[in-house]
Amino acid sequence: MMKTGAEILCESLIKEGVEVIFGFPGGVLLPLYDTLPRYPELRHILVRHEQGAAHAADAYARVTGKIGVCLATSGPGATNLVTGIANAYLDCVPLLAITGQVPTNFIGKDAFQEIDITGITIPITKFNHLVTDIEDLAMLIKEAIYVAKTGKPGPVLLDIPRDVFQGKTEFVYPDKIDLPGFKPKLFGHPSQIKKAADLINTAERPVIIAGHGVNIATAYLELKELAEKSQVPVVTTFLGIGCFPESHVLSYGWLGMHGMGYANKAIHSSDLVIAIGMRFDDRATGLVASFAPNAQIIHIDVDPAEIGKNLPVDVPIVGDVKNVLQVLNKQIVKREHIIWLSQLDEWRAMHPATEIRDHENVLPQYIIRQIHEATRGDAIIVTGVGQAQMWAAQYFFYDKPNSFISSGGLGTMGFELPGAIGAKVGAPNETVWCIAGDGGFQMTVQELATMVQEDLDINIAVFNNGYLGMVRQWQELIYNKRYFGTQLYNPDFVKIAEAYGIKGVRVSKKIDVRPAIEKSMAHKGPFLIEFVVEPEENVYPFVPPGKMLVEFLELPKPATSLKK
Amino acid sequence: MIRKHILIALVQDRPGVLNRIASTIRRRNFNIDSIAVGRIEVPHLSRMTIVVEGDDAKVEQVRKQLDKIIEVIRISDITNDNPVAREMAMIKVKASPSTRSEIIQITDIFRGNIVDVSPDSLIIVVTGNQDKIDTMIELLRGFGIRELSRTGTIALPRGGAGPLTIEEDKPLRHAVEHVPPEDEDLPNW
Ligand SMILES: Cc1ncc(C[n+]2csc(CCOP(=O)(O)OP(=O)(O)O)c2C)c(N)n1
Ligand SMILES: [Mg+2]
Repeated sequence: MMKTGAEILCESLIKEGVEVIFGFPGGVLLPLYDTLPRYPELRHILVRHEQGAAHAADAYARVTGKIGVCLATSGPGATNLVTGIANAYLDCVPLLAITGQVPTNFIGKDAFQEIDITGITIPITKFNHLVTDIEDLAMLIKEAIYVAKTGKPGPVLLDIPRDVFQGKTEFVYPDKIDLPGFKPKLFGHPSQIKKAADLINTAERPVIIAGHGVNIATAYLELKELAEKSQVPVVTTFLGIGCFPESHVLSYGWLGMHGMGYANKAIHSSDLVIAIGMRFDDRATGLVASFAPNAQIIHIDVDPAEIGKNLPVDVPIVGDVKNVLQVLNKQIVKREHIIWLSQLDEWRAMHPATEIRDHENVLPQYIIRQIHEATRGDAIIVTGVGQAQMWAAQYFFYDKPNSFISSGGLGTMGFELPGAIGAKVGAPNETVWCIAGDGGFQMTVQELATMVQEDLDINIAVFNNGYLGMVRQWQELIYNKRYFGTQLYNPDFVKIAEAYGIKGVRVSKKIDVRPAIEKSMAHKGPFLIEFVVEPEENVYPFVPPGKMLVEFLELPKPATSLKK
Repeated sequence: MIRKHILIALVQDRPGVLNRIASTIRRRNFNIDSIAVGRIEVPHLSRMTIVVEGDDAKVEQVRKQLDKIIEVIRISDITNDNPVAREMAMIKVKASPSTRSEIIQITDIFRGNIVDVSPDSLIIVVTGNQDKIDTMIELLRGFGIRELSRTGTIALPRGGAGPLTIEEDKPLRHAVEHVPPEDEDLPNW
């Protein structure tokens, strides 16, 4: 049957299981927007800025494990997506960005709202294409989605000119694709896996570092089996948080710049690092030359280009983490590491990274812990970037995969509000908390309107410290307290919420923290709490840049002021 | 060790391939010495020869990054395989009646051809490895070079089947077949 390009797009997306599109219209998208209402299976969510569309689709994909779809018009709509696409690229999130383009006969003429978005996004997409012929459309959609989801996931972009949306052709959705150059290795090499098993079976002080790849491959059970059978302690990366239950006896927090002291010490002292679905990011390794100096390293990753990129490894295994662990686990023998684990427990007692200081003012760490208690840990936490992000990672305990949604690789302030939207849309039955800095909140504040329009039950906590806190912290600790460009003049956040039609309260006393949290959760629909917090609180532990993981700074404090 | 590397690649003819390849190399801060592209015997496929200068490990990193580009079917670093590498140059040299015969002599020594003669200049075509062409250009510089165009290196590995050889009974690996062949052991890093 003859179909228009717009119909082909809608029907192809439906065939791929897409249910939600985060979008924002414009001139060249009119034929598509005229078609979308005929496909009620596709829920269109109107954002207020295209960056929000990309972040929402990104968080939606992380929560659901499905591909996220965002849609923007040509020119400024397309360029507004760029930050969001880059965010998905660095965090390996399957994202399909669809941009409208000026009609083909205008391309290359600097036509109104014409921009070369495929050129712009080459370095931040796995695959992108300007669709110049309607005959290619269905195949390109199929290829783009396949590439986005397969191997190491990532964003893809299709740029579709207006006349391609309007053109007509016979629609047959292809059932096969032909991409001879796309060759993800999904199964690890048997002899490499054997070598890894031999090392694990003989190591004395092994540590697993579990990354976001475990989430992506849904290899939770396999990871758990490996850890339990061989009694190896598990440290996660920042994005790996939740891929292994933090309440498990073998869980030792997460590593890196603001990671737990005992996690960093464990890695530094280990004789075998089993790195699973992670990429030795500089924020994770500290001074890379001194990373795990006495350890042999097994590195399991689906991306061959990650092997040996940041540091040399002893046993590389290229393959899908789940497949590799399934084979590996069969070759692992039961072990005990009583001395090693008790050493780790000793370090944990020495560096209690999750205790909260007694303080008359509202400490941000206290708020996070109260949210944890009020939700009993059963919530999805979506964060912005900065200090509040780190406290959310440290003071909430994550037992469920994909319950901590944060911008790790790009560190994008402004991810929090649209991210929370995507998370709530993807998991409507979950409690969603948006942890926002007062800086980051203002970068995408307009998405409050999207929450109201879609009536999304989201709890928003704005941490008002009056600073771009994380940068202020660096100025304090590294630039001798020369604060510049980090102090914020802030609006009345509760009034802002009210103006959008959102209920809100301001909390500046400790005793009001918990009731406000309860009130927010009891409320149906979006609710905002502005927490006026201790302004110059710092995030600890802190591994200063260029230092080894074990050279972390801790809050100077008398032991007696500690409180469980 | 920093040295010149010759990478050869089999790529799908799709828009933007050259762009993606150049962008991936640029991101890693490498200078592209030369890049030569042409169709091959199989429809819709092209072959590229890329010469970059860099540290062995870093070039291997870039090669792996290039291999991730969807349109790149295979890519191989043949620097250590003693490949046959050639480039072609067209050189337009000033030539007066008094210098013409000397230029022709030099051209003969380098087995070049004179393909155009005008009252005050000659166009010489020469092929060879980079060193040979560099030397010839140096010698001709004294006469006055008016225009120069070089193709950049193209290269083939010596001997039987090379890393890019497409054998008739072994079609290109398709995305649906993910199992690595048993003999394909990973190098030891
Ligand atoms: C878009 C963007 N711009 C700048 C930065 C650099 N940066 C990192 S953290 C930070 C401060 C964040 O301030 P806020 O949102 O108030 O959170 P806080 O650290 O105070 O909790 C800044 C400016 C960034 N990560 N992202
Ligand atoms: Mg702040």
